[in-house]
Amino acid sequence: MFRRLDSDGGKLVQVTINGEPVQARRGETVAAAVLAQGLTHTRTTPVSGAPRAPLCLMGVCYECLMVIDGRPNQRACMETVREGMRIECQQGAGEAG
Amino acid sequence: MIKTHYPLVIIGAGPAGLAAASVAAGQGIEVALFDQQSAPGGQIYRGIESVSAQRAEQLGADYRRGGELVRAFRSSGAQYFPDTRVWSLTPGREIGLLQQGRAQMLTADQVLIAGGAMERPVPFPGWTLPGVMNAGAGQILFKAHGIVPADGVVLAGSGPLLLLLAWQYLHAGVEVQALLDVTPMVNHLSALPRLPRALLARHYLTQGLFYKRDLKRARISTLHNISELRAHGDARLQSVSFRHRGRRERLETELLLVHFGVIPATQLTQVAGCRHDWDAGQQCWRPRLDAWGQTSVAGILAAGDCAGIGGARAAEHAGRLSALQALHALGRLDTASRDRLARQDRQWMQEDLHIRPFLESFFRISDAMLQVPDDDTLVCRCEEVSAGAIRAAAAQGHLDSNQVKFLTRCGMGPCQGRQCAQAVGHIIAEASGKTVAETGHYRERPPVNPLTLAQLAALYPEECE
Repeated sequence: MFRRLDSDGGKLVQVTINGEPVQARRGETVAAAVLAQGLTHTRTTPVSGAPRAPLCLMGVCYECLMVIDGRPNQRACMETVREGMRIECQQGAGEAG
Repeated sequence: MIKTHYPLVIIGAGPAGLAAASVAAGQGIEVALFDQQSAPGGQIYRGIESVSAQRAEQLGADYRRGGELVRAFRSSGAQYFPDTRVWSLTPGREIGLLQQGRAQMLTADQVLIAGGAMERPVPFPGWTLPGVMNAGAGQILFKAHGIVPADGVVLAGSGPLLLLLAWQYLHAGVEVQALLDVTPMVNHLSALPRLPRALLARHYLTQGLFYKRDLKRARISTLHNISELRAHGDARLQSVSFRHRGRRERLETELLLVHFGVIPATQLTQVAGCRHDWDAGQQCWRPRLDAWGQTSVAGILAAGDCAGIGGARAAEHAGRLSALQALHALGRLDTASRDRLARQDRQWMQEDLHIRPFLESFFRISDAMLQVPDDDTLVCRCEEVSAGAIRAAAAQGHLDSNQVKFLTRCGMGPCQGRQCAQAVGHIIAEASGKTVAETGHYRERPPVNPLTLAQLAALYPEECE
């Protein structure tokens, strides 16, 4: 869906996305990292279980809720990646997986 | 370290907040500026301090203007607290903050809300599918992260930002498959009487024509007057369909970026109890203000797009005017000095706003689209409430947004109604023959930004033991 512009280098940060080791760029948001990685959805809804992905990337829509370092309901667009961060899709109201 | 009281607190580090903070600090008062992002610039100048020269070039001259604003702010002496979220604001100017997982309360003599805008949510079939995103989100990925769509992206909607994004992608070498313009043809006529005044701010018009010329030269397929936009896919976006010149057409794509204009982010002015009015021209709610940005609640001001859409430059001027008013209220400027210092910004702001009535009618979203005609379309993305369910509630006589909310759970999810409030108003208005103003707005309650019960309880440790 997305690609990085090659000219934009930047220091790397090691994180895991759904258990897979991934290199993110220092200073980027979790949402940017998962979209650049090609993740198609970031949560499923608590009502119907439908998959959802980030919509607004500015903290308004709450569609990018993920489980970050074990804490559920974190807006991926409002969190910056950190070395060793564990990023997981959120199932429903807060289970990782 | 955040103190427990400031003479002036500014919320938001976009153009209005930055300009206001620079003016107020320049007059020697203690100013604290809180912003939820980790760097100044707001959404419009996002990434301005870290962007590479090449990317700044691709983003255009209007974006680069933000650099100056941020530099002035950095050297102004205003206290800047990034990564700080405001979750409460009372009419008595008590402010609830969350920073690094810690909640804190403080008070201020004057509060300037400069929280900016959000993209107008317009529900359409399939808009909840992964692969459908706001154009503003696409722009944030580009500005702040150097991430662009893979080739074949489709852009759809209406408004200057959509055009700008297409132009920026063009300059970054992104192949845009199509630009689907939902602007109704009738707008061209209704906007015409507003054109003479718009010519007084003609740099906006020339800018728009310049983008259009470049897109045309690059042979980007632009389809005008399209309707019945739909996103299709099983678990993720696979194609987009729409009606164009009487025929239903379909484009294969895995990414659709939509934009239907911007509206003020009113959570803070609403939760603080400020009066709001429905602006039929801008098709949005906005706080009622005097010429200085003073709201109906004493000591609470609003400036920039959160106070009504005027764009980045008007926001700068409005921010400075509100700062002068705050200084006046604090006894730091007498009336004559305030008025004298305001003269230039007031004039520039007026000149800048000449373009707005034209833009508002030219890019007006059709009522048919705002009223979500398809019953199966989800309006509340969080609680998954459909347009049909809202219409059914209205048919039973529930003709107020809050009644519909209690009845259907529409607006009770994590986003607290930010994505559905507008559509609910339009749907009830259409069903009942009322105006959107009469349907009311969801009552906002703190926390307007999420915090955990543990974070809240930690504010009162003695009562927890």
